[in-house]
Amino acid sequence: MPTTTTAPTNLKSLTKQLRLDIIRMIEAAGNGHPGGSLSIIDILAVLYEKFLKHDPKNPAWEGRDRFILSKGHACPALYAVMAHRGYFAKADLLTLRKLGSPLQGHPDRLRLPGIEFSTGSLGQGLSVGLGMACAAKLDKKEWKTVVVLGDGELQEGQSWEAFMAAPKFKLDNLIAIVDHNNGQIDGPVKEVMDIEPLSDKLRAFNWDVQAIDGHDLDSIQKALSCAWAAKSGRPQVLVAKTVKGKGVSFMEHNIAWHGNAPKKEDADKACMEIEHGR
Amino acid sequence: MAAKATRESFGETILEIAEKNESVVVLDADLSKSTMTQPFMKKYPNRHFEMGIAEQNMIGVAAGLALSGKIPVLTSFACFLIGRVESIRVSAAYNQTNMKLVGTHAGIGIGEDGTSQMGLEDVAAMRALPHMTILQPADHTETQQAVRWMIEHNGPVYLRLTRQKMPDVHAAGYRWQPNKIDILWTPAKPAAKYQATIIASGGPVPHAIEAAKLLEAKGFSVRVANASTLLPFDGETVALLAADSQRIVAVEDHNIHGGLGSAVCEAVAESGLACPVVRIGLRSFGESATPEQLYEKYGLTAPSIAEACLKNLP
Repeated sequence: MPTTTTAPTNLKSLTKQLRLDIIRMIEAAGNGHPGGSLSIIDILAVLYEKFLKHDPKNPAWEGRDRFILSKGHACPALYAVMAHRGYFAKADLLTLRKLGSPLQGHPDRLRLPGIEFSTGSLGQGLSVGLGMACAAKLDKKEWKTVVVLGDGELQEGQSWEAFMAAPKFKLDNLIAIVDHNNGQIDGPVKEVMDIEPLSDKLRAFNWDVQAIDGHDLDSIQKALSCAWAAKSGRPQVLVAKTVKGKGVSFMEHNIAWHGNAPKKEDADKACMEIEHGR
Repeated sequence: MAAKATRESFGETILEIAEKNESVVVLDADLSKSTMTQPFMKKYPNRHFEMGIAEQNMIGVAAGLALSGKIPVLTSFACFLIGRVESIRVSAAYNQTNMKLVGTHAGIGIGEDGTSQMGLEDVAAMRALPHMTILQPADHTETQQAVRWMIEHNGPVYLRLTRQKMPDVHAAGYRWQPNKIDILWTPAKPAAKYQATIIASGGPVPHAIEAAKLLEAKGFSVRVANASTLLPFDGETVALLAADSQRIVAVEDHNIHGGLGSAVCEAVAESGLACPVVRIGLRSFGESATPEQLYEKYGLTAPSIAEACLKNLP
């Protein structure tokens, strides 16, 4: 039986819990990407709690909305949300990146039911989402396709091939969300390879663009409601301003935490901060 | 039947299949006139996706369509399509999506357009990918059957096709089998040990038969086999052929590294048999000229193949 969440969920306290999960699972793995996971967790929480039609007991349910995490390195955030929704036991989070675990270092659709597409190679997710949205239109199906992309990822030319193509096929059932945290491995996105003016570019590519605060749960919900209702014949994109490492003071805006796992001491400190909700 | 380019045979067959199988969709990257998918585009506009000159995106879109139950057939020149190997690695092979990559204009057989349009390293790239299947049919009937099988087969397939016309090399009633090397031609007088067995694939296949006929006229026993599936590779048949041949000559319109010649060497080496292998193929890029001139210059015509069969024979 497909589920959309109707039970009231305190999103704010949920996102706290999910942040703790992210820190603890990356700590246990000994490596991974906390910065970008923490920047998308509010968006993923809203998506999985309030918007995506899906059925954790039947991940292949045909009527489900499709979700692709194109920035696959942020999968600890996705795993945390999926465990919360019941795709697998929460205890499995601590197997992240370990031999034999379905929780691969980057999402693997053939090892973990509920993953729509195995990502990790940046730049491919939006194209795949576009193909899914085309299939839905072709079959006159109502389900949506949502793709979360990184901002550094937009330096990949394939992303722009996809941005160019989606309006041609009138894919108002395709929703892209850019996690605009302005951080990538070699430094700030602005310095590594500037992608601005991003919203203007996307508008010029004939997408409906909404710029939002990617940590403001109300603003995320409003923007998604609007994108979900779109009948404009144009694909929908949310440019979500976010903070890398959001919720942990020493990780915020600090590129060193893009791909570094916290040791116990730092993890404890991070969890303390998250629990006390600074 | 009159000679026909395998790209034409593909275009006709996919149109026939599409009538019964509504899951089949076709994607193009501004080369549908050359890859022979225009008739499909005209007949089934809703199931045709013109993606423009953007092959990487086309590959990703195909993955999304495949994961939503469609059977996407995506076409371009072999070099442009397979050149996007990392997109194929992830979107086709790693995700095991049911997409059918069709690369036409294989090899120097395209002629005047020159090197930048020639698929010459594509087989090597695809052979390294898990879950991939590589098909290279040699004539009309083989292409028809290979295309039908490709659509029924669940998983990514790379189909490599010629621009140039190919004469029929198979007899009427030929039943193509996947993953099988078939014997195309044996001399009238059977031999206990052949001076050589030529294993060819794609464009050079008819030239290999001609070479064996030239040699038969001179009293030599040489037979010709056709490798229409390059991955997985029928190493068992290669070992059987190596067992009663003084040498194997592998002929392909592709770089000698990583293609048919390499696959044959690997199979013979792993068989434990002491049978030398001669590889004929490209050792460089190509150039502009007529296809006939290029096949002659790069050693893919009958006289060169015949010479390779006999050179330094004990």
